[in-house]
Amino acid sequence: MTFGEFLRKLSIAEECRRYNTSLWQCPQFLFTVMGLLIILSVVFSFILGNRYIRDPEITLLFILSLTGVLFAMAFIITRSFEQLAEANRLKTEFIGIVSHQLRSPLTNLKWGLDFLMTETTQHTQQEEGYFHILKDNVNRMHEMVNDLLTVSRAEQGTLPFQEKEFDFAELVEQMLAEFQSAIQASNIQVKVEGERVPKLYNDPSLVRHILGNLVDNAIRYAWRDHEPIPNGDRKAQIVIAYRGAGDRLRVEVRDNGVGIPRQDQKYIFQKFFRSTNAVRRQTEGSGLGLFIVKSLLEKAGGEIGFASEENKGSTFWFTLPFKK
Amino acid sequence: MKRILFIEDEAAIHKTFTDVLAREDYEIISALDGEIGLRLAKEKKPDLILLDLILPKMDGFEVLKALKADEETKRIPVIVLTNLEQMEDIQKAIDLGARTYLVKSNYDLKEVVDMMKKAIEE
Repeated sequence: MTFGEFLRKLSIAEECRRYNTSLWQCPQFLFTVMGLLIILSVVFSFILGNRYIRDPEITLLFILSLTGVLFAMAFIITRSFEQLAEANRLKTEFIGIVSHQLRSPLTNLKWGLDFLMTETTQHTQQEEGYFHILKDNVNRMHEMVNDLLTVSRAEQGTLPFQEKEFDFAELVEQMLAEFQSAIQASNIQVKVEGERVPKLYNDPSLVRHILGNLVDNAIRYAWRDHEPIPNGDRKAQIVIAYRGAGDRLRVEVRDNGVGIPRQDQKYIFQKFFRSTNAVRRQTEGSGLGLFIVKSLLEKAGGEIGFASEENKGSTFWFTLPFKK
Repeated sequence: MKRILFIEDEAAIHKTFTDVLAREDYEIISALDGEIGLRLAKEKKPDLILLDLILPKMDGFEVLKALKADEETKRIPVIVLTNLEQMEDIQKAIDLGARTYLVKSNYDLKEVVDMMKKAIEE
């Protein structure tokens, strides 16, 4: 270990960042706190011993015993937290490596299928059907691997971030164009209620991901599970509203869909959590979407919240600073 | 006939692109590691190089650096085709002289082929 590395090891802030845990779960911070507690206890017991115990040898023995017990406790607690933090770090790293390695065979599969579907001819209807099933599943797996990679990066604090100035209204327009076929297929009416707002200085791809995910959820859960998607005039409704609120942009995505059951609401930003609605409706998804949205918003300097009522709909809102 | 060199350690990708471009007027040359890729680039003088970054023996960055440092190969356009998507990798490859940086999993086969053709035409 070089002197520089030794000095870095002494830096509590840096070591805690490496483990990516809260301060009270960070082994280095706990170790320092325990050390201070031991010193305080020794001083306090010395004062007590000096005042109430006549024999100085007994005082010394008392202090030594107390120090020994406290030291052993501090060591066990700190060591346990260190093992937990290290296991968590390794898990995140493992997810990152595995997800990255999965991408290569997935790309080979995807391009192989592209070739079979477009470059070869004369497929039966049955073969065409299977090609599409394969393609859809490859795409789903690709999305899940991407989500896992994003989670791993969020936990390691290595999410890419490229700031530039952009117009939020334009971003909304582009995003809706991409969702057009899904919106039509689900018979949904999308309304944009936007005020004139200053340009945002942030990472447009992160903001696009955040808004896209919320709109995607609103589309997926637009219709209640007992009713088939109707054709014709009866449409589900999604509203994307945005306005300036001081030095921040406030965006709301409102729908009149299935809503989130009350008992599930406190868990929806947790990793891998899928609400009973999602499971019942068998919609595709890994339960990572909202966790990623929250992580991205933290990176972009924003906040997120929601209000939802089962069978009436949900409103997800987020804020972003105009300048980060 | 235009010549394209693939420096890529995934045999499946060589096969797919060879089959896709078989009916058109392209000659595909394959190299499964960085060292062979660099040698073939000097010997065959391709019109375009597709370069992966994670390669055995010599990684893509080293290959790109060597290609751009050599008078004989420095004008050959290089498309980096990889699954690495960290900003620092992209920036490094562009700084070293890559013409285009493509993250494999973000593109369909046709999109990659179209970009290859465009790079050769230019």
